Amino acid sequence: VIVPTDTKIELINRLSKTGLPAIEATSFVSSKWVPQMADHKEVMMGIERHPGVQYPVLTPNLQGFHSAIAAGATEVSVFGAASETFSKMNINCSIEESIERFEEVAKAARNMNIPVRGYVSCALGCPYEGNVIPAKVAEVSKRLYSVGCYEISLGDTIGVGTPGSMKRMLEAVMKEIPLSALAVHCHDTYGQALANILTAIQMGVAVVDSSVAGLGGCPYAKGATGNVATEDVIYMLNGLGINTGVNLYKVMDAGNFICTALNRTTNSKVALASFNTGAIN
Amino acid sequence: SPLSLLSPLLSPQVSSAAAASGAFPKRVKVVEVGPRDGLQNEKNVVPTPVKIHLINLLSETGLQVIEATSFVSPKWVPQMADHTEVMQGINKLPGISYPVLTPNLKGFQAAVAAGAQEVSIFGAASELFTKKNINCSIEESLERFGEVMTAARAANIPVRGYVSCVLGCPYEGKISPAKVAEVSKQMYSMGCYEISLGDTIGIGTPGSMREMLTAVMKEVPVGALAVHCHDTYGQALANILVALQMGVSVVDASVAGLGGCPYAQGASGNVATEDLVYMLNGLGIQTGVDLQKLMDTGTYICNALNRRTNSKVSQACCRL
Repeated sequence: VIVPTDTKIELINRLSKTGLPAIEATSFVSSKWVPQMADHKEVMMGIERHPGVQYPVLTPNLQGFHSAIAAGATEVSVFGAASETFSKMNINCSIEESIERFEEVAKAARNMNIPVRGYVSCALGCPYEGNVIPAKVAEVSKRLYSVGCYEISLGDTIGVGTPGSMKRMLEAVMKEIPLSALAVHCHDTYGQALANILTAIQMGVAVVDSSVAGLGGCPYAKGATGNVATEDVIYMLNGLGINTGVNLYKVMDAGNFICTALNRTTNSKVALASFNTGAIN
Repeated sequence: SPLSLLSPLLSPQVSSAAAASGAFPKRVKVVEVGPRDGLQNEKNVVPTPVKIHLINLLSETGLQVIEATSFVSPKWVPQMADHTEVMQGINKLPGISYPVLTPNLKGFQAAVAAGAQEVSIFGAASELFTKKNINCSIEESLERFGEVMTAARAANIPVRGYVSCVLGCPYEGKISPAKVAEVSKQMYSMGCYEISLGDTIGIGTPGSMREMLTAVMKEVPVGALAVHCHDTYGQALANILVALQMGVSVVDASVAGLGGCPYAQGASGNVATEDLVYMLNGLGIQTGVDLQKLMDTGTYICNALNRRTNSKVSQACCRL
């Protein structure tokens, strides 16, 4: 289902009011590859820009970067992978070639004082290669960090990870990258996301990616879920007494909006439970 | 196929390093509550032969404890009205325990007559919940259980104690850890060999789990503790992880995540056994459970119930 531009803009505007400090707005990838993001310019130019909130956008290469800047972007993201096969299948080049591309983006970004966030996909497993060794994740992370990414988001792309593999992977990466520059991006395809996030937090990671209402399925497992739901993450962090600055009710509101617009049920268990009892304890 | 690439992740040999580090128990006993807690809270009722087949399938997965049914009056729990037939109909494999719920002496006697060799009793850490659920106070419920305990001791039948609402109550809201510790202590000292601490409405988080267990562990040895987490707010596996880190080595779960939440329409209830075993495998913790067979069993009962599985592992492996 392709979402109308107005709906995307409304969603982002609602998210801007929740206290979230960073909202990944869109992707400046060729619409040939990602038609759902074809309206990237209109979205970027149409959203309200709240002070204190970052609106990073994906930029796979220099061309995308320039388009993003022209459309008003003030932060960009690049996507590497810890698996050669995944890199080849996804963006049709080797890991090293992809990093060379990102280095161009990072150089241009540095000249314009634009921060660059680096993603590493397949950090806990690959749909093609299966097991991914922690040392490889550390190596790719280090490369991205050294070309100038201010933060590295480690993605369990197919959600196969568990607290065991999360711990081993982070131990390897933490040897190369300062803790404060690390984030985790867990998918909930196997129901492990919150347990994996908890493990990361226990190890000192303080940046967590999530998706309102758990939007986004898994392209590698039909019918399975993808991103962990922001509502469920916030609920857990609240219960741990960890400050996020985010208003859970407002996130649920945004989630309710987008699910209604998409005509689908939420993937957030907190939202599911709350809308049925009418209250959260 | 993607599934074959993932099969090493579905088995327990992934890593013993994590378990060996001392942070987690080396072995966890998984208590399967699907046939009772699960089916009791499902919209659709399954016929007796289906229940029996479910339990028989579960008996082939490596699970050591399978809660079979409940000897409660069918007036209150019609889904469990066939308790005698189920108890007498299942294959009882050696080395596997088939505990049944017994709310009072009458239920206990019926259970034993039907061949039960282990029973469970249900207390709660909330007065209001006890009143609404079984129409008496906590103290009165413990007196009733006292009768069961005496009879069980005489018959050499082990008794497992459940404490409901340990991390929150649908009526009272917040529940003090001290109250949970008090009720647990009473049930343990009455003779329950194990106390299963239930987050009945799934409202707990790793923070409240830690607080509650800290209080309970002052009164009951950790080796006698189990956790029974509901996934209503998606917190179950994170809560279980914390319990494991604190030394708990018995975890209740329900195949396919059977059993909704009676207090939040449409919301989920029990944590899915498949998802639990997946996590334990990933931690290198031994369970003795065959995840593939477990998923097959989940597929069977979901077909019989005409519903989708609540297990994310099963969904990911295309056992929708």
